[in-house]
Amino acid sequence: MKLDLPAIVAQTALLLLLSPLLSGLIKNWKAKLQNRRGARVWQPYFDLAKFLRKDMVVSEHASWIFNFTPYVLLLTALTAGLMVPMVTAQAPLGLFGGVLALVGMLALGRFFMALAGLDPATTFGGMGSSREMTIAAIAEPAMMMAIFTVAITAGSTNLGQIVLASQRPGWEFFDPAHALAFAAMFIVLLAETGRIPVDNPATHLELTMIHEAMLLEYSGRYLAFMEWGAAIKQLVLMALLANLFFPLGLAADATPAALGLGLLWFAGKLLALAAAVVLVEFTNAKLRLFRVPDLLSAAFILATLALVSTFLFR
Amino acid sequence: MNLTPAMLLLVSLCGYAIGAAGGMLLLRRERPANVWCFGVAALSGLSGLLAALLMLAGGTGTGIPQFELFRPLLPYIHFSVRLDALSAFFLLIVSLLGLAISLFSLGYAKGFFGRKNVGVLGALFNALLLATTTMFVAGDLWLFLIAWELMALTAFCLVSFEHEKAETRKAGVLYFIMSHIDAGCIILGFLLLFQASGDYSFTSLHDIGAKMSPGKRDAAFLLFLVGFGIKAGIVPLHIWLPAAHPVAPSNVSALMSGVIIKTGIYGFTRVCFDFLGTPPLWWGVTVLTVGTISAVLGVLYALMEHDLKRLLAYHSIENIGIILMGLGAALMFLHTGHPLLATLGLIAGLYHTINHATFKGLLFLGAGAVLHATHTRNMEEMGGLIKRMPQTAFFFLVGAVAISALPPLNGFVSEWLTYQALLQGFGTTESLMRLIFPLSGAMLALTGALAAACFVKAFGITFLAQPRSAHAEHAHEVSLTMRLGMGLLAAVCVVLGLFPTQFVRLLDPLTQQIIGQQLSAQLSLANGLVLGSLTAKGGTVSTLGLASMALCLLPIPFGLWWVFARKTKVRRGPTWDCGQRGLTPRMEYTATGFSKPIRMVFKALFQPHREVQREYDFSPYFAKNLRFESHVEEVFERRIYRPARILILRASRRIRTLQAGSVHAYLLYIFVTLLALLLFAS
Repeated sequence: MKLDLPAIVAQTALLLLLSPLLSGLIKNWKAKLQNRRGARVWQPYFDLAKFLRKDMVVSEHASWIFNFTPYVLLLTALTAGLMVPMVTAQAPLGLFGGVLALVGMLALGRFFMALAGLDPATTFGGMGSSREMTIAAIAEPAMMMAIFTVAITAGSTNLGQIVLASQRPGWEFFDPAHALAFAAMFIVLLAETGRIPVDNPATHLELTMIHEAMLLEYSGRYLAFMEWGAAIKQLVLMALLANLFFPLGLAADATPAALGLGLLWFAGKLLALAAAVVLVEFTNAKLRLFRVPDLLSAAFILATLALVSTFLFR
Repeated sequence: MNLTPAMLLLVSLCGYAIGAAGGMLLLRRERPANVWCFGVAALSGLSGLLAALLMLAGGTGTGIPQFELFRPLLPYIHFSVRLDALSAFFLLIVSLLGLAISLFSLGYAKGFFGRKNVGVLGALFNALLLATTTMFVAGDLWLFLIAWELMALTAFCLVSFEHEKAETRKAGVLYFIMSHIDAGCIILGFLLLFQASGDYSFTSLHDIGAKMSPGKRDAAFLLFLVGFGIKAGIVPLHIWLPAAHPVAPSNVSALMSGVIIKTGIYGFTRVCFDFLGTPPLWWGVTVLTVGTISAVLGVLYALMEHDLKRLLAYHSIENIGIILMGLGAALMFLHTGHPLLATLGLIAGLYHTINHATFKGLLFLGAGAVLHATHTRNMEEMGGLIKRMPQTAFFFLVGAVAISALPPLNGFVSEWLTYQALLQGFGTTESLMRLIFPLSGAMLALTGALAAACFVKAFGITFLAQPRSAHAEHAHEVSLTMRLGMGLLAAVCVVLGLFPTQFVRLLDPLTQQIIGQQLSAQLSLANGLVLGSLTAKGGTVSTLGLASMALCLLPIPFGLWWVFARKTKVRRGPTWDCGQRGLTPRMEYTATGFSKPIRMVFKALFQPHREVQREYDFSPYFAKNLRFESHVEEVFERRIYRPARILILRASRRIRTLQAGSVHAYLLYIFVTLLALLLFAS
C-alpha cells in the first residue's frame, strides 16, 4: 500500500464534482414523483456558484468557531471521502485510515457544525445542534455494529481489504448477514444525511429542522462550503454502502478502459441507491423526533442480528 | 555528572517532601508559600518526568533501579523502591500532571489569598504528590500500603479544603468512607497473596497466583476488583467520585481525576497481570462488562449535569470504563492463549490511561480557570467566554476534541486501538462468549458519540454565544502560569495524538516485563508514520497523515475564495431574531435544554423528576407565572446507597446500646474478650 498521488487528485475531483449532482438528482427525482417539474439536476452547482459570489453576514455574537467550521466541515468530508474505495478496490488514502477513521473524521465535522450552531446565540441553532448530536449518538452503535459485521468477516477495518474480501468467490449479497447489515446501514444513511423520515431537507419551518437549523446563520461562501461539505458526506456514505455491499465492477487495474468501466458501475450503483432513498422519502412522512430512536434501535437490532448470523449460518 | 533514573526519582521524592515542609513553615506568609510549594512541586515533577522517560526510552536492556528508602525499622519491614517499567509508566503520568498542575496552581492559588491558608494547600498538594509517586514506585507491600493510605488521607484533606461549605464536608466524609472500604479490600487481598508467598516484596509476589488455590485466587481477584475499583470509580462503586472531585479546589480536582483514580488502574494492572497469573475466563469477562457499563452510564450521567466540574467527574467514570475495556479484553486473551492480542489490549488500555490523564487534567484546569474567572460552576450562568478568555477557550477545546475521541488527537488513537483489540477478539474463541466483543465495541461507539454530544454542550454553553450572567460578562483571561499549565497538557494531547507509534515504543519495556511481548515494531508501519493492528491485512491509521492530508486540501476552499469570492465583503450583523428586535441571553439554548432529547430517549434509565406549576387567569397557555423544576437522581443512589445507608444507621442505633457509658459493662467486655481469646489460642 502506497500513496498514489494521481488517485488522490482524481478522487478529490470526483468527490467535489459529483456530490452536487447527486443532491440535484435526488431533489429532481423526488419532485417528479410528487408531480412537480422540480429544479434542474444541475441546480446545486448554480446554487454553490451563487453562494460563493455573495457577500456574507456574520452574526455579531459569533466567534472564530463560526468562521472555522465551514473549512473543517469541507476538509473532513473530503478526507473521509478519500478513505472510501470508489472506482477501484483500493481507496487512495486507505493506508491512513479505514472505516474507524472515516467515522471519526465525519464526527469531527459534526462536532464543529454543532458548535457553530450554538455560536451565534440563536435558539434555532442550539435546537439543531442538540438534535443532531442526539440522533448521531443513537445512530453510531447501529453503524458500528453493521461495520463490525463486514469487518469481522474480512478480518480488517481497512475498507479496501473489506471490499477485496467480499470480492472473493462464495460471497453473495443474499447472505443473511449482509442483507441485514445493509438494511441497518441504509437506515443509518437516512439519519446521517438528514433524510425523511429522520429530518426533512426541504423544510423551512425552524422548529422541525435539524441540519438546516445549524446552518441558519450562514451565508455567502461559508454557506457554500457547508452545503458542499454536506453533499460530499452524502456521497461518501452512499459510496460506502454501494461498494461494501455490492462490490461489483470495481476496476482491477489502472488502465483507462477499466477505470471508465469502473466509473460507470459506480455511477450505476449510486443511481440505484439514490432511487432507493427517493422512494423512502416519497413514501414516508417525517417521524416525530422522539420516534426516531425507535427507528435507529431497529437498525441496531438488525445489525446485531447480522453479526449473530455471521456465525450462526456457517 | 551522569543522571540516572534512580537519582532523578530520589530528587523528585525529596523535592515533594521539601515542598511540603516549606509549606508548613511558611504558613503565615501566603505569597512565598505559594511560590515555594508549587515551584518546588513543578521542579520535582520535572525530575520525575525525566526519570520515567529515561527508564522507558532505555528499552528493555536497562536494569531496574532499586533502593531502600529508609533503613529497615524491623528485620522484615523494608521500604524498598523499585522502578520497573510499569512503575515508570505511571511515574510518567503523575510527574507530567504534577508539573503542569503545579504551574497552573502558581496562578490559581492566588484566588485563595486572604481567604484560605495557601501554605496548607501547598503542603498538602506536595504531600499528595509524594504519596502518589511513592505508591507507584513502591517495591514491597509495606511501602505500597502506607503510601496508599497516606494518599487517601491527604486527598481527603484536600477535598475538604473549603470545609466551610456543607456540600464539601458531606463529599469529604463520603470520600473518606469509600476510600477506607477500598483500603480494607486491598489489605485483605494482599493478605491472601502474602499467605502464599511469605514475603512482602513485589518480586516475590510475581506470578504468585499459580501457587494459590483457585478459590483463594478468585477471592483475591474480587477483593482487588472492588478495592481498586472504588479508587478508579467503576460503576456502581463510583458514588463518591462525582461528589468529591467537583468540590475540591480545581487544581486538586485535576490531580485527582488525572492521577489519583489511575492509582486504581495501576494497582489493578499490577495485581492482575503481574501477581495473579493466567486468569480464568470470567475475570476478563467481568472486567470487560464492568468497563462497558461504566463507560455508557458515566457518559449518560455526565450529559445530565450542568455543573461543569461534576460533568467532568462523570466523564472520568466513562474513561475508566474505556480503560477497563482494553484491560478486560487483554485478560480474556491471556486466558485463551493469545499473548500478542493481550499485549494489544494492554497497550490500548494503558494508552488511554495516559490520554485520559492529560485531557482530563487539561479540562479540569480549564474548568478551574473558568471558575476562577466567573466564580460559578453552573454552566447555565456562563456563555460568551471565548471572547473574554480566548486562550483558555482554545485549550479547553483541544481537551474537548481529545476526550470526544475525534481524530487527530490522542483520545481517538487509544479508542482506535481498543476497537482493534475488540474486533480481533471475535476470532479468538468459538463460544458464544465472543459476542461480548462486538457488543462492547458498539457500546464504545455509543460512548464516543455521547461524549461528543456532551462536549458540544460543555464547550458550546460555557464558551460560545452571549454571556448568561454578569459573572460571565465580566470574566477576564487568567494569568500566564495558569495558561502555561493548560498549554503544556494541550501540547501533550496533540503530540500523543499525532505520534502514536513513537509513544507505543515507550511501552515496549512494560509489555515485555508483564506479558513477554513487544509490539512496537509490528504496530509501526511506513517508518512510524502509520499505526498498524497486528495482522498483515488489518486496519491501519495515521493521524498525522490525516491531519496533513486535510492541510494539503486547504488550497481548495482558498482557491474557491480566490476565484469567486475575492471581492465579496463580510458584514457583521445581528443574529436572526424572527423580527422580534433584540435577542437576549435568556433566549439562548441552555445546557439542560441541550441534553433534553437524550434525557427523553433514555427516560427509562434516568427517571427524571419534573415539576411544572402554572399560574394563569383564563387559559394555561397564557401563564402569568411559571415554576419549572427538573432534576435527575442516579439510579444507584436511589436503589442501593440510600437503602444501605438507612440500614447501616438503623443497625448502628441498635449496636449503640452496647456502648452505654458504664465502666462496669466495659470491664465485662474486656474480660469476655480475654476469655474468648485464651480459649481460641489454647
